[in-house]
Amino acid sequence: MAAPAQRRIIFQHIDEAGYSNDIGCYVRHGGYEVLKKAVTRKPEELIDEVKKSGLRGRGGAGFPCGVKWGLVDRKSGKPIYLIVNADESEPGTFKDRYIMHQDPHQLIEGTMISCFANNVKQAYIYIRGEMPHGARILEKAIAEARAAGFVGKNILGTTYSCDIFVHRGAGAYICGEETGLIESLEGKRANPRIKPPYFPAVLGLYQCPTIVNNVETLCHVKYIAEHGGEAYAKIGTPNNTGTRIFCVSGHVQRPGYYEFEAGKITMGQLLNEVCGGPLPGRKFKAVIPGGSSAKILRFGERFKGKRKVGAEMVDYDWGVEDVPMDFDSLGMIGTMGGSGGVIVMDDTVNMVEALANINAFYSHESCGQCTPCREGSLWMKKITTRMVHGQARNEDAALLKSVADQIPGRTICAFGEACSWPTQSFIAKFGDEFKSYPETKKTAKPAGAHELV
Amino acid sequence: MIAPPKPDLVTVNIDGKEIAVPKGTNVIEAARLVNVDVPHYCYHPKLSIVGNCRMCLIEMGMPAVDPATKAPIMDPATGKQKINWIPRPQIGCGTNVSPGLHVKTTSPMVKDAREGVMEFLLINHPLDCPICDQAGECKLQEQSTGYGRGYSRFVEQKNVKPKRTQLGPRVTLDDERCILCSRCIRFSKEIAKDDVLGFVDRGSYSTLTCFPGKQLANNYSLNTVDICPVGALTSTDFRFKMRVWFLKQTNSIDTETSVGANTVVWSREGQIYRITPRRNDDVNDTWMPDSGRELFKALKAPDRLTSAETVDALVARAAEVFKQGPVAVVGSGRSSVEEQFLTKKLAAALKATTALVSRVGQGDKLLVSADKNPNVRGALVTGLIAALPSQKLTDLAASIDAGKVKVVVSVGEDLAAAGLTAAQLAKVAIVYLGTHANATSAAAKVVLPTLSVFEKNGTFVNQQFRLQKFAQAVPGPQGATNDLIVLAKLAAAAGATVASDLGSVWKLLAAEIPNLAPITYANLPETGLLLDATPFAALPFVEGETLHFKPAVAGAAVAAKA
Amino acid sequence: MNLKPATLQSIDEVITHYPVKRSATLPLLHLIQEDIGYLPPDTCEWVAAKLELQPINVLEVVTFYPMFRQKPIGRRHIKVCRTLSCALMGGYKTCEQFEKEFNTHRGEVSPDGEVTVDFVECLASCGTAPVVLIDDDLHEKVDCAKAKQLSDQIKAEAKKR
Repeated sequence: MAAPAQRRIIFQHIDEAGYSNDIGCYVRHGGYEVLKKAVTRKPEELIDEVKKSGLRGRGGAGFPCGVKWGLVDRKSGKPIYLIVNADESEPGTFKDRYIMHQDPHQLIEGTMISCFANNVKQAYIYIRGEMPHGARILEKAIAEARAAGFVGKNILGTTYSCDIFVHRGAGAYICGEETGLIESLEGKRANPRIKPPYFPAVLGLYQCPTIVNNVETLCHVKYIAEHGGEAYAKIGTPNNTGTRIFCVSGHVQRPGYYEFEAGKITMGQLLNEVCGGPLPGRKFKAVIPGGSSAKILRFGERFKGKRKVGAEMVDYDWGVEDVPMDFDSLGMIGTMGGSGGVIVMDDTVNMVEALANINAFYSHESCGQCTPCREGSLWMKKITTRMVHGQARNEDAALLKSVADQIPGRTICAFGEACSWPTQSFIAKFGDEFKSYPETKKTAKPAGAHELV
Repeated sequence: MIAPPKPDLVTVNIDGKEIAVPKGTNVIEAARLVNVDVPHYCYHPKLSIVGNCRMCLIEMGMPAVDPATKAPIMDPATGKQKINWIPRPQIGCGTNVSPGLHVKTTSPMVKDAREGVMEFLLINHPLDCPICDQAGECKLQEQSTGYGRGYSRFVEQKNVKPKRTQLGPRVTLDDERCILCSRCIRFSKEIAKDDVLGFVDRGSYSTLTCFPGKQLANNYSLNTVDICPVGALTSTDFRFKMRVWFLKQTNSIDTETSVGANTVVWSREGQIYRITPRRNDDVNDTWMPDSGRELFKALKAPDRLTSAETVDALVARAAEVFKQGPVAVVGSGRSSVEEQFLTKKLAAALKATTALVSRVGQGDKLLVSADKNPNVRGALVTGLIAALPSQKLTDLAASIDAGKVKVVVSVGEDLAAAGLTAAQLAKVAIVYLGTHANATSAAAKVVLPTLSVFEKNGTFVNQQFRLQKFAQAVPGPQGATNDLIVLAKLAAAAGATVASDLGSVWKLLAAEIPNLAPITYANLPETGLLLDATPFAALPFVEGETLHFKPAVAGAAVAAKA
Repeated sequence: MNLKPATLQSIDEVITHYPVKRSATLPLLHLIQEDIGYLPPDTCEWVAAKLELQPINVLEVVTFYPMFRQKPIGRRHIKVCRTLSCALMGGYKTCEQFEKEFNTHRGEVSPDGEVTVDFVECLASCGTAPVVLIDDDLHEKVDCAKAKQLSDQIKAEAKKR
């Protein structure tokens, strides 16, 4: 079956010749018309549209946006804050970068619609520190929008006021976790908070109700406000509505970003047809489908079970290539759609070395607050690094798995899962490769293999 | 005594035991009430909750209800309401009780979680118990017995961190032993209000540090040592002096000020090694000032008073002195309630006037109050004095000048420090009872060496009018006699018979002072008993606000400042 | 602390963005670092005084976030992405190439003072791996040849000075 065509609703103008990131260009393309209409509607109506749309957060967890907004404590009398999570840092993910650099007003419009819908008092865009140009572009764009009456005091002549400020991170992955982000925005170490009691919707920024939404999610809100929740829900597949931007990196012919209706394209179509298949003379070996914390899939493995199609339960028997790219299907086969970062590895890659690379990342990024993640992530890194650069032992695979098993579900935040899932899944899927690594090390690396750690 | 309001109770089930606990109680505290221990490191009942050590993970569930009808879903097997157990463990410290909450602390999931945390805490720990001063009171050591593996699977290089850092004048830090629980940081910020500690760097390399150029030097710094669950923070003074399991613990009271912080005195073979706070939620929580921990050092000071003469010989000499003319008795706000009572009896027998010396200084709003006497209120309750004392003995000075007083009995008070001139001291014959030498003992005709608070039993009444007891930790030196015995013998010499043992003195106290009527020394709770303060409500006490204390008279604190 | 008037002005402006002054900690540290090139030893006290904090509060932040540096670096900062997607496409070789070009090691200032080469974690441009951030500018698909070319540019600019 041939791959469907891309459906670009968020990336409509990305890399478009002649499209610039200034407000003039945005307005020429119909920009801010949705906001103008939105402020004439009742905020509850807008929230309702988002609920109807079935929009799921695009930051990684896939939590329904409408539900998130529904949890906001609106009776406390405290101001409500909205934070745009622009701390894009899950390895393999590179979509928000393009929105912010090339189409910042789309984000600003989506943000202001969301702020208006939720009676937000103040919004912040938390952008990762490694995107200094992005921060400047957003600041300029916000200034333009402010001058045009789209942001700030009494927007578009209404009584509603809300400003947006850009806040730069400084190199900490954990700031992508919403309560870590809030701590960071409060000027502290980005140690995630315990939940309960610190649910952002109730006790968020400055202990006030706070909404934290991903950049792409807020762009979808703009689309939903324009076309209505029901129309949006028709894009994609049930419970996996709208489009997904897949960021493909690693060993494919044409890496890059591709926007498709959720669930309408399979992994095989994406990698073979859209991305041009493996590099010449290579074969696909493994793929991580949703950012580096997602559990790895091994080409050749099969997934069997029953799934719901419409009202019926039908059998499925999939290879990796057959899996539809949506939250639920990827969840069903034991991994996740996450942030949409698809990392492809071909047969030149040794999985011990790939895991050592990932483990180095997570141990570097653990905030160090709670024990299992702090100690476990570094231990796993030390083991895998030793395997590659020192003595590899046959028992290391079992030890790695056991260490990884002691982490998830026991930590303050989801980083515990993020840092242990790679090890758990690498060992589960490529355990033989770990066991034979002491021998493999003695042999020459395949041609074209790169050092990974 | 005023009964506290009845708290809202919530019934929970812990390991199959039902118990009603006050709303807002967390699972660790609720479990404590049914004698179930939930191991933990970062949680401390008097600090904010951070949930970072993950040792207190428990399994928890709630009674199942039909989402639509809210009707309970019954379990046919047990006939009871079904429990929906949460599939992942939850932290006990951060989980507050709610009606019907079910907790398992011994399930395989919990055991597995604890063992995992325990192993993680030990992989980068130096495992240097033989040279660690925390041994014997180390939570890591203790819980590795219950949840440790007994061997290490860790073959990598351990993290290297600073050793033997002097955090301040009294606290030593070993960062390799630190488990990053943040108790010390939270204590410094939340209780001592001296925000100098923090973590630098990230992940497993996070390191506890004091801001460079600053010191952990506040008067509460040693509380960080008390609450450090491991051997990271140790007392520079106590380090390597003695293994704690050899020490005897005796309950005592900090005598620095009228706060009366509850303490434990740690001693062995007649020698005191350290003093630590004892929890009293109505007085000092779990804290005490550093200054109060030093007091025992005065016991062995070179100016300690002892006598080669027997107490009877000394009393006989004192009796001779009493004959020289009218007597004045200077009692003390540092004496115990019982001693003050006998001082009153002595004064009555001698038909003497009585006075007390006030000591006023700065309070610190925490556990040091403005009144540097621990027991002025005891003197009021026993009737030794009727009004608040002043800092100078001006009336006594005038009486001496006028020739109306020829003999002064001083119970531990330095009369020179209390304003009497050398000339005035020369005009009178002095009988001095005390522990340490000073200008008054030097000028005295008779010196009767007595005991310190650590060497005897007794009670004090603190600023809240809370009667609190202290017990003898170590024997007194040879040539010093229990104050009660000395006072009783002096009274006898003056013609009055009074008891000199604590039990009998309390019988007299109960009989003569209605406020103390139901009390005996033996049945006084370790955390004290509030006395009726209303008879003294109008007195302008000098204390300002401290932990668990607000001045009853609004103007008092202001007056103290002026 | 010797800051340019424009920096001081930006500092005062950015503090107004937040209802709680402490929130301006990261922005202030960025501004000071942009002005001076690194965070000099009195930074923590200065920021603490400005934001009514204790110096330890600032030090905790400075040491948590890898972008803040307490020591001077070379005139140009070359940050090579180390993480998986870039490594799969030869990121380690790219980094070695820069090290070779400037006769230096990761984390050190090159002997000529021209650059500091660092390995950093994911720069969120995995589709154009390997990527390198030189000061504020992202360079994509930096293989060894391109690394050499970028190095030559930096060297040529250095000669002009």
